[in-house]
Amino acid sequence: MSALSERPASPVVGRAQPHESAALHVTGHALYTDDLTPRTKDVLHAWPVQSPHAHALVTALRTDAALAVPGVVRVLTAEDVPGINDAGVKDDEPLFPREVCFVGHAVCWVLGETQEAARRGAAAVEVGYEPLPSVVTLAEAVAAESFQGAQPTVERGDVEAGLARAAYTFHGELEMAGQEHFYLETNASLATVEDDGRIFLQCSTQHPSETQEIVAHVLGVMSSDVTVQCLRMGGGFGGKEMQPHGYAAVAALGAVLTGRPVRLRLNRTQDLTMTGKRHGFHARWRAGFDGEGRLEALEATLTSDGGWSLDLSEPVLARALCHVENAYWIPDVRVTGRVARTNKTSQTAFRGFGGPQGMLVIEDILGRCAPLLGIEPHELRRRNFYQDGQLTPYGQVITQAGHLERAWDQVTREAELERRRAAVAEFNATHEHLRRGLAVTPVKFGISFNLTAFNQAGALVHVYKDGSVLVNHGGTEMGQGLHTKMLQVAATSLGVPLERVRLAPTRTDKVPNTSATAASSGADLNGAAVKDACEQIQGRLAQVAAQRLGVPVPDVRFADGVVSGLGTTATVPWEDVVHSAYFARVQLFAAGYYRTEGVHWDSSVMRGSPFKYFAHGVAATEVEVDGFTGAYRTLRVDIVHDVGDSLSPLVDVGQIEGGFVQGAGWLTLEDLRWDESEGDQRGRLLTQSASTYKLPSFSEMPPVLTVRLLERAHEEGAVYGSKAVGEPPLMLAFSVREALRQACAAFGPEGTSVDLPSPATPEAVFWALQEAREGDVAGRGGAPVDGDVEPGAGPRPPGPDPGAPERRPESETALHELSEA
Amino acid sequence: MTTTSDVADRGGPGPTARSAEAGGVPPGLTVNGTAALLGADVTPHTTVLDWLRGRGLTGAKEGCAEGECGACAVLVARPATPGADDVDGAQHVATEWLAVNACLIPVAALDGQEVVTAEGLGSPDRLHPVQRELADRGGSQCGYCTPGFVCAMAAEYYRPDRAPRERDHADDPTHEDADPAEPASAPDDEHGPNGFDLHALSGNLCRCTGYRPIRDAAYALGPPGPDDAFAERRRCAPPVPRHTRLEADGARFVRPRDLAEAVALLAEHPDALVVAGSTDVGVELNLRGARPPLLVAVDRLPELRALATDGEEIVLGAALTLTEIERGLGGRVPLLAELLPQFASRLIRNGATLGGNLGTASPIGDAAPVLLALEASLVLVGPRGERTIAFADCFTGYRETVRDADELIREVRIPRPLARTTGFTKVAKRRFDDISSVSVAFALDVEGSTVTRARVGLGGVAAMPLRALATEAALEGMPWTREAVASAARVLGGEGTPVSDHRASGRYRRAMLEQSLLRLHAHHRDAGTGAGAAS
Repeated sequence: MSALSERPASPVVGRAQPHESAALHVTGHALYTDDLTPRTKDVLHAWPVQSPHAHALVTALRTDAALAVPGVVRVLTAEDVPGINDAGVKDDEPLFPREVCFVGHAVCWVLGETQEAARRGAAAVEVGYEPLPSVVTLAEAVAAESFQGAQPTVERGDVEAGLARAAYTFHGELEMAGQEHFYLETNASLATVEDDGRIFLQCSTQHPSETQEIVAHVLGVMSSDVTVQCLRMGGGFGGKEMQPHGYAAVAALGAVLTGRPVRLRLNRTQDLTMTGKRHGFHARWRAGFDGEGRLEALEATLTSDGGWSLDLSEPVLARALCHVENAYWIPDVRVTGRVARTNKTSQTAFRGFGGPQGMLVIEDILGRCAPLLGIEPHELRRRNFYQDGQLTPYGQVITQAGHLERAWDQVTREAELERRRAAVAEFNATHEHLRRGLAVTPVKFGISFNLTAFNQAGALVHVYKDGSVLVNHGGTEMGQGLHTKMLQVAATSLGVPLERVRLAPTRTDKVPNTSATAASSGADLNGAAVKDACEQIQGRLAQVAAQRLGVPVPDVRFADGVVSGLGTTATVPWEDVVHSAYFARVQLFAAGYYRTEGVHWDSSVMRGSPFKYFAHGVAATEVEVDGFTGAYRTLRVDIVHDVGDSLSPLVDVGQIEGGFVQGAGWLTLEDLRWDESEGDQRGRLLTQSASTYKLPSFSEMPPVLTVRLLERAHEEGAVYGSKAVGEPPLMLAFSVREALRQACAAFGPEGTSVDLPSPATPEAVFWALQEAREGDVAGRGGAPVDGDVEPGAGPRPPGPDPGAPERRPESETALHELSEA
Repeated sequence: MTTTSDVADRGGPGPTARSAEAGGVPPGLTVNGTAALLGADVTPHTTVLDWLRGRGLTGAKEGCAEGECGACAVLVARPATPGADDVDGAQHVATEWLAVNACLIPVAALDGQEVVTAEGLGSPDRLHPVQRELADRGGSQCGYCTPGFVCAMAAEYYRPDRAPRERDHADDPTHEDADPAEPASAPDDEHGPNGFDLHALSGNLCRCTGYRPIRDAAYALGPPGPDDAFAERRRCAPPVPRHTRLEADGARFVRPRDLAEAVALLAEHPDALVVAGSTDVGVELNLRGARPPLLVAVDRLPELRALATDGEEIVLGAALTLTEIERGLGGRVPLLAELLPQFASRLIRNGATLGGNLGTASPIGDAAPVLLALEASLVLVGPRGERTIAFADCFTGYRETVRDADELIREVRIPRPLARTTGFTKVAKRRFDDISSVSVAFALDVEGSTVTRARVGLGGVAAMPLRALATEAALEGMPWTREAVASAARVLGGEGTPVSDHRASGRYRRAMLEQSLLRLHAHHRDAGTGAGAAS
């Protein structure tokens, strides 16, 4: 057992602990960035002037009328920027653009004494535009060759040889929609100027250090001139990793120019129309199987919809390519990726960070091909699992294949899948208008940032003279329970009760140069840094205690606030040891640091071992589909998920359930629509409010949702044997989609392969089940690759997406009609 | 546009408002037990949410500003629904705590009222039972939606008739014999053993938890304790509406004393915006920047709040909230009983009125198709007196009705006897709290094996709600058989002029029209013979 992963006796980690702010949450006392506004004097409010065009040159900007509106104080424009006019780090996101690149793009910002004044002022700003041609859909981008960034390939073996070797080959396409984060708290910043001109910025950001850097470069000052604090976020999900920076910079600029605090809080419509979302992807694929259904080869091209600027599109794409095989061994692989540039919001990080999109490709392939291979989907999946010692397509060795097998077997057993499959078949045979589906899917998700430099973290731990402990670390709290875990880690490391430890808000002047709280890595990285700091302090205290107890230093033990020694019954309270240490002039604070060892990645060839380890999970979901409408309900979900040795089981179960439901939302309900017409609304987000963009609500919660943590899953490579949990569970929701596919297929004859759009809305499910019901199985489907499957004689290929184009176009013409309405 | 409309008119800017009458109590309300006046910065357009937050009460949050997410939910004290005495009937309940969306309601509309926020229910060192359960069970992650959940959950906690109940399928949670598509036999996964109705939380969104721990918290709640001040408050009289007049920022908010004053105001200012629950006006204020110069509040006018179920016609006052109608009818109109739980969320239904939903004349409002099928009529009242209009003649175009600008909707009348075979199909992406892409209401009489009478109301397939006249004709006189119904369903599929939008394609809408009749038949195959429904 490694020093990092070993737990002392009586650890505080591993206890089911409510969220450290739970009592503040439920009473409304927990403060979020915008809650600070009424506590701050003389605040100005910022409001954007947003482009109505998907793509246009700004030919004129007249602000006189706005300045004449009562209460308007100033209009911020490009001319006001003393530093670099860019909201990102790639020089492709002008903060005040001269060329607007999507509908909703902010041209300038109005500052007012009240939000109402700023809003009225923004309405009075006159902007001249010269419209330019725009690219809105992925298909348009491909046709126009509108791409941005690198076009990497992950490749192993000879994919053409693999496909030639395969007994069965299939090909197809899949288009999957993006997803809006819809954190309940929209982006918010509050900037103030300190007495010496330094900027203090309160911001709802997952990446305070980068917010700080970008504010500094916009203002033309050094990072030491800017402090960013994040109290907590009302949800992040990746949407506050890059997106807050520009808004923070606008607030800071306004504060510097007016000398007054500036609040910039997007309302929901602004947040929806201005900030990036999960990337939609298109995939074109060819897959080969041997006679027993084992994957022989996969060739695929993934095209992501990056929106107007690069943002995080390249690393999102890289992670998609590194997850396209999910949990399955594929001997010969070639997967190429590219990022389309379109006139939409700049798509960004979202829980899973490309992993879900990559993995959906193989899960869709297996779901579509299983009936054609004549193999039950669960059997097809299980048969293709990795074995230890096999390499991923990018060259990382698989070492924990057994984890996934155990999780799979546990779900199969405890969820009684065999019995329930028979019950589903019976139900389907006896109900005319309803069908059920029961599917089980695996998740294998790599943990670490692909970019090696991000795999480091810092912490600053203070022990005060009275024995109380204050922890600072570089991670941010967005609801995922990171702070709860860090308190538990600190209490465990120091051997004190949890109540003795407090946590201070995340600030860049306490811990510098932090990585984003992202990639599920928050607890791994910051936990190890907190532990390091605590152990430094404890090491010094052990010297003091050894003298008091009369034992050698290595024999001193700290637990539950009591310091003891081996071979003596004497004990000293923690507080006394601390008190003595102060008077002995022993340093009672320490900076902790951690960097992940053993990860490496060469992005030029897309090879290496980018992940410290993999997190695993298995979910079984049963759904019921109404044949009249395509409406469906999730009846039961059983999950076994691998979090290593849990740091905080209540927090981890919450992450698993929440991730699952959010994933189910992406795959079934959440339906981003853009105006793709040629009309004057072209490029407009049609689903720009909570009434048109629907999140899962109580009605999507299954009556039965059982989550178990995989046992005997100690992780050597991470703090106290735990594993990351933020992102992996999202992909457990593939089981919902596959269950829907199977329920649709059950409306048709045996062996029906269902091609299901994503999201699988009730309408999409209705058309899929209608197609299955019409039973035209043999007649459709594209040509098999190179004459391997005889139509009608066993497996049939799904072909190049014959169903989807027939089903989707109406929805697309919908948008044309809407704009004319 | 939401279906949760509550405005009876959406006129443009009106004439300059009169100055307020002198005298009277200065406008204000009681927040968490403390009286607070509405200051000079309050305008007729200031929402309860912004007002509370401006006072430093940060528990109520803005998540969407259109009544969809519930992060802004607060409790208000309202007159108890008649018969709402507590479960053992031991004590009379005069006041109920209802949860509403603070983001939608002008604060002037709560003049004289009592509001409780999450801060008022408990404090970190003295948690309210609802707060305790949520905190301990992992019901909060980011915590932003949590105070709203707390308020919505507290309202249900204090619902006087919430009583423990047996779960029908406690041991068989997938209830394999039941058909969730059929409301009559729906399993009760939506009520806790403590009688907690999960629909109380249908207007609250959480993006973090996946809801399971919130449900567990809700189902773990016991009855309020003996010294619970909020429970005790229910025994005393509710706050009464005030004769509010508030003028600021070039606009006025008026709550008339009585119907006569309301009618006179409308006669004088035909462009005034009539407000009841403000569930639609609030959206206009927040999302579309509407700043109407005169708001006239009618939701507490007694003349608009009749509820009668024992005469030849069922009378539903236009200013009754949908919650009041739901409880007041108690299932006596099965078609409405099927509709109302699907109408927006509990938070919205606690404010939204039937009159408002009809007044906006939205083609996707859910009430109209049902009232069309029920052959209801509308009573309008104005300076020229009252008139009654058959519902089928009400709608004249997109968001247009025969109602004159100076008329108010007084009530809806539903003739008896009610049709014996009814069904309501609402097609939407989400099961709770979504807007219909198509809604279809059927009211049929089947005698022997023949359809003797058919009324079909449609929403979402034209610029206004429609009667499906061709389908009615195709059904009447035909046998109630699968073949005949399939033929009529094809006629129904051709009714209206469905368009494609972000909610659904036109093709799907047409298919859903057709399917809705097939579904009705499948569920009522034995109508007319007295046998039960088939699945």
